[in-house]
Amino acid sequence: MGKIVAVTGNEACAEALRQINPDVCAAYPITPATDLMQRFSGFVNNGKVDTVLVLVESEHSAMSACIGAAAAGGRVATATSSQGLALMWEMLYIASGTRLPIVMPLVNRALSAPLNIHGDHSDGMGARDTGWIQFYSENAQEAYDNTIQAFRIAEHLDIRLPAMVCLDGFIVSHSIERVEYIEDEKVKKFVGKFKAVNPLLDIDKPKSYGPLILTDLYHEYKRAQHEVMTKVSDVVLDVAADFEKMTGRKYELFEKYRMSDAEIAIVVMSSAAGTTKDIIDEYRKKGVKIGLIKPRMFRPFPFKEMANALKKVKAVAVLDRADSFGGYGPLYYEICGAVMSLEKKPLMINKIFGLGGRDYLPDQAEHTIDELIKIAKSGKVKTVKEYIGVKE
Amino acid sequence: MTTKPLRLRELAKEEDKFTFGHRLCAGCGAPIVVKQVLMATDYPIVASNATGCLEVSSCISTFTAWKIPWMHSAFENAAATISGIEAMYRSLVKQGKIEEKNVKFIAFGGDGGTYDIGFQSLSGAMERGHDMMYICYDNGAYMNTGIQRSSATPFGADTTTCPAGDVIPGKLQQRKDLTKIMAAHGIPYVGQASPSHWMDLMKKVQKAFEIKGPKFMNVISPCNRGWRSKTDDAIKLSRLAVDTCYWPLYEIENGVTRINYKPKEKKPLVEFLKPQGRFKHMFAAGNEWMLTQAQEYVDAQWELLQRQAAFSGGEEKAEAPATEEKTEGQ
Ligand SMILES: Cc1ncc(C[n+]2csc(CCOP(=O)(O)OP(=O)(O)O)c2C)c(N)n1
Ligand code: SF4
Ligand SMILES: [Mg+2]
Repeated sequence: MGKIVAVTGNEACAEALRQINPDVCAAYPITPATDLMQRFSGFVNNGKVDTVLVLVESEHSAMSACIGAAAAGGRVATATSSQGLALMWEMLYIASGTRLPIVMPLVNRALSAPLNIHGDHSDGMGARDTGWIQFYSENAQEAYDNTIQAFRIAEHLDIRLPAMVCLDGFIVSHSIERVEYIEDEKVKKFVGKFKAVNPLLDIDKPKSYGPLILTDLYHEYKRAQHEVMTKVSDVVLDVAADFEKMTGRKYELFEKYRMSDAEIAIVVMSSAAGTTKDIIDEYRKKGVKIGLIKPRMFRPFPFKEMANALKKVKAVAVLDRADSFGGYGPLYYEICGAVMSLEKKPLMINKIFGLGGRDYLPDQAEHTIDELIKIAKSGKVKTVKEYIGVKE
Repeated sequence: MTTKPLRLRELAKEEDKFTFGHRLCAGCGAPIVVKQVLMATDYPIVASNATGCLEVSSCISTFTAWKIPWMHSAFENAAATISGIEAMYRSLVKQGKIEEKNVKFIAFGGDGGTYDIGFQSLSGAMERGHDMMYICYDNGAYMNTGIQRSSATPFGADTTTCPAGDVIPGKLQQRKDLTKIMAAHGIPYVGQASPSHWMDLMKKVQKAFEIKGPKFMNVISPCNRGWRSKTDDAIKLSRLAVDTCYWPLYEIENGVTRINYKPKEKKPLVEFLKPQGRFKHMFAAGNEWMLTQAQEYVDAQWELLQRQAAFSGGEEKAEAPATEEKTEGQ
């Protein structure tokens, strides 16, 4: 068995990167991701990895350099948060459109204005449509495990897409938790050797990357991108099965908690799932048939599996740690999209919580569950979208 | 590898690394510049390219004009992109995963992608010390999007975003002196060249490739669409740019400034301006001040450059002018 340690989420991700030993990392500091790459820089400068570290002058250049490096033909990683991801936005599409398997821990943080350094999912949700695979992690262990699995998935020859591994800023990135590390050799074997596909550095077979494609073929390129996304779930599950064999830790597309007989359910991602599970346990003691779903893979979104998981439920509350102003929360839309295929659709409400690091406290979960109980009984929804945990 | 001799007769027989079939306008300066650069060396080259005329016209759908590994990713990041490629090369060579092949790395960018939107990325890459050369083909405007003003657009020019109007007669600011700004980065080699003086340009490329670290070259690149000049005037106009000292040929090597070519007789700037429709309004009655101001600026910059060369000790070491007239058939 590997070592059991007490580390932060950032430390765990940095450790995963050390074990994976990418050929190139390009990075730029931003709270709360800074400390992850800082730790990794220590590995570089102390000879613990072979990585060439490119300390660029902006996140736009970080992603640009990652794109160049990945096309050149090697394993590439970076990390960022919030404004950094926003500045990369243009390049995120180019990474996925060029089918480059870059792996990026995203330490989720609110977006300005007003300036805020704390955790919410606004950054990751803004990158929802960029063509990246997205995983969300509940705690440091999951962030570590997801990072390791992300390389296998992104680099899979049927996939070749970039992947983001999200962890909640400060709540996970800076809290010390118990984490089980896997032995170096096992991680190396699990991730495997990087296989270059059409590397730019194959000097004898020159290739052109980044063409202009107009109305004749662009549509087909995008459909190809859509099609590869439909293959991701199977690979994620295969990789998870191997991972479980190696570690005993089970991963799926989403986690189901006390769902088998649930009549009402909460869907929530990342660290808030932990608190919610505790409250669910209390309601279960009182005989309330409630369960929880914690999406792990947000892109591609597992619509079919999600519909199946919710098909017996009468009412669902989707908790979003991000808002689409003038719309509903982004996760809510996905769940709505999933249940559309059901003959008997659950009643749905959307709670926006925890923006800019606002604590998600037990009373917010209780408030939500009490409302779900009422909705399930009455068959009526009063307000679809509501901010919870607000100071009035 | 030894630097190859630049003999016209031999060079003419070489296979182009940037081939026909590209869709740049007839008479465009950019492909001439690229061909001269690529022809100067036999080292393997990997290039990145900023969005712009050169890029959109050279790799379309399943066709490419590039016989070297080439990558376009976006507009403002040719320097960052090539720095990632170069970093990967270093990493893989260091780890023994690929063979060291003395690969040279070039980023091509237009003036917009270099002076303006890509300036930060360029400055960062130079500071980081990547073993690469950035080559700006400067046609003095955002040509690809329809001739909008850039910070490289010369004083007075009529562009679509600074049109010569009744109140504001074209661009009222002087150009940003990017070559000097790049020299101020303290990088080992900075050069300014013109396709009219191909021998000088190619020698600069050769010299730069023998220097490890970041290099920058600024090359004037006539654009008959934007300059509103004759289709076959690219070489004539770039030569006039040099002979009027609007675009002096010089290099700054480890802090020493060397003027590579001093015209025996400095031509008046109007000779460069007159054949270009973008400066037409400057010749209209009432706009004489524009011609005066443009000439005064060129004179002052030329003075300054000569003093800089003398001060840095570059004057004494000045080599014989490397123009094609003098060196042809050597
Ligand atoms: C971020 C971004 N902003 C704007 C553009 C639009 N754009 C594409 S090419 C170009 C002009 C390029 O000008 P320059 O770099 O001088 O090259 P030229 O076309 O003149 O050769 C512009 C504005 C873009 N592609 N990306
Ligand atoms: S518009 Fe100018 S720079 Fe662009 S291809 Fe035509 S001549 Fe060349
Ligand atoms: Mg231009």
